Amino acid sequence: MSAAATDAREAKYARRKFVNRVAIALAMAAMAFGLFWLFWILFETVRLGVEGLTLDTLTQMTPPPNDPGGLANAIYGSFLMVMLATFVGTPIGIMAGIYLAEFDTKGWLAVVTRFVNDILLSAPSIVIGLFVYAVVVSRFKSFSGWAGVIALALIVIPVVIRTTENMLQLVPAGLREAAYALGAPKWKVILSITLKAARAGVVTGVMLAVARVAGETAPLLFTALNNQFWTSSLTEPMASLPVTIFKFAMSPYENWQKLAWAGVFLITMAVLGLNILARILTRNKI
Amino acid sequence: METMTALREKPAEKSKISVKNLDFYYGKFHALKGINLEIPERKVTAFIGPSGCGKSTLLRIFNRMYELYPEQRAEGEVFFEGENLLTSKKDVALIRSKVGMVFQKPTPFPMSIYDNIAFGVKLFESLSRADMDERVEWALRKAALWTEVKDKLSQSGSSLSGGQQQRLCIARGIAIKPEVLLLDEPCSALDPISTAKIEELITELKNDYTVVIVTHNMQQAARCSDYTAYMYLGDLVEFGVTEDIFFKPKRKETEDYITGRFG
Repeated sequence: MSAAATDAREAKYARRKFVNRVAIALAMAAMAFGLFWLFWILFETVRLGVEGLTLDTLTQMTPPPNDPGGLANAIYGSFLMVMLATFVGTPIGIMAGIYLAEFDTKGWLAVVTRFVNDILLSAPSIVIGLFVYAVVVSRFKSFSGWAGVIALALIVIPVVIRTTENMLQLVPAGLREAAYALGAPKWKVILSITLKAARAGVVTGVMLAVARVAGETAPLLFTALNNQFWTSSLTEPMASLPVTIFKFAMSPYENWQKLAWAGVFLITMAVLGLNILARILTRNKI
Repeated sequence: METMTALREKPAEKSKISVKNLDFYYGKFHALKGINLEIPERKVTAFIGPSGCGKSTLLRIFNRMYELYPEQRAEGEVFFEGENLLTSKKDVALIRSKVGMVFQKPTPFPMSIYDNIAFGVKLFESLSRADMDERVEWALRKAALWTEVKDKLSQSGSSLSGGQQQRLCIARGIAIKPEVLLLDEPCSALDPISTAKIEELITELKNDYTVVIVTHNMQQAARCSDYTAYMYLGDLVEFGVTEDIFFKPKRKETEDYITGRFG
């Protein structure tokens, strides 16, 4: 090779190395920027949350201003409504996702479903709250836990549909063909092979949906509203952490503000814990 | 197309699959043109030819794999056990249980090595635990994988190396005891040692099965097949006893391909 050609190569290589360094530096800066805010939020949540967190927080009802009390009814209400919304929304979402990915990928029904789902996915949650208010709350003339469950389920469904469909589409066609080649019927291929191969992704989608609705305030404001007392009846108004936080954090009373921070801390830890649990459960166990 | 009509020597053996005037389309693309072919029973038949000549397409008709894709369609007749496969009213799953297939890329299922084998068996047979254990061992021994995996049957199938995964897929295919085994370039992703093991296996398999193998590797076709079909651009150019195809091909095109002047 001539000296000139070698020099040209060297120059190209030096330039490439420089571009590489710049790109890495930018990526690192972006990461640092994101992590900075994330850790600040976490730090403040923990600092202020732990301060307001006592045993009473978990066992006592939400108090009137300047009285001692806790968040027990709100914790229970949130837990119950989020759990039921997940139980209602997950099967519908997974089944619709399977339909879109495995049964009808290009038909008109799939195209329409996908389009409507995308709209639902990006709809502001307050719209969903108002919708449920109009069709459930005003019809039964009462705010209720069920109305809250319906509103949250309507948020869970599109998230689960979208992730299930995407995760199933990532399963290589060869895996499906191999299962069909053994003579497996379609339902068996989907249940034992594709859904299993996409399991980690599907579970992650459900967890994302749970994390999302656990912090939703707007749809609950119009549906479950709030309740100062313990109730396990879903036909009555029901307290929840986000709505309680919203009410307490905006108040001028110091004990309410402390409880609001404790509530924020609890939600954050619950979502974090769920995510870690999901990772462990779906970690390459065959 | 008179000039391109394949010169065929009718195999003396009983045929397992007979293809008559078969045409195949991917949408508007005419991928196979008037194929006529007899696949002899309990022999190894190799399909060779340059990429895109339709050999994998032909293979995928024998177990109706193409049906998974609505834009693909086959016209003509493919007789298997006295019945036209293409119009058979039988459940396609039953056909596939008799005509097994192993693909180019290893595709272990997301489950244990044991369950990878048991999955297909369970679809058509209810075996006791002991019988199933025996079947799994039998299939893994046939595929020359048993000694390597016998102590880790509960591990994930995808924890194996590429060559082992492919032998697992072959074991899975023979565990359901099909009558015909279709192999679509089974060694293209394998190292020479794994390839040698699989070729040995193919030679052994023809005692019990009819084997059809698609391969890009002409030495492989020469080594393990009894009959060879040379295909080009959707036509079956020549079909006959492997030795004849390789040493005294009747057609110029076949000779050019075999000797490497083309393809």
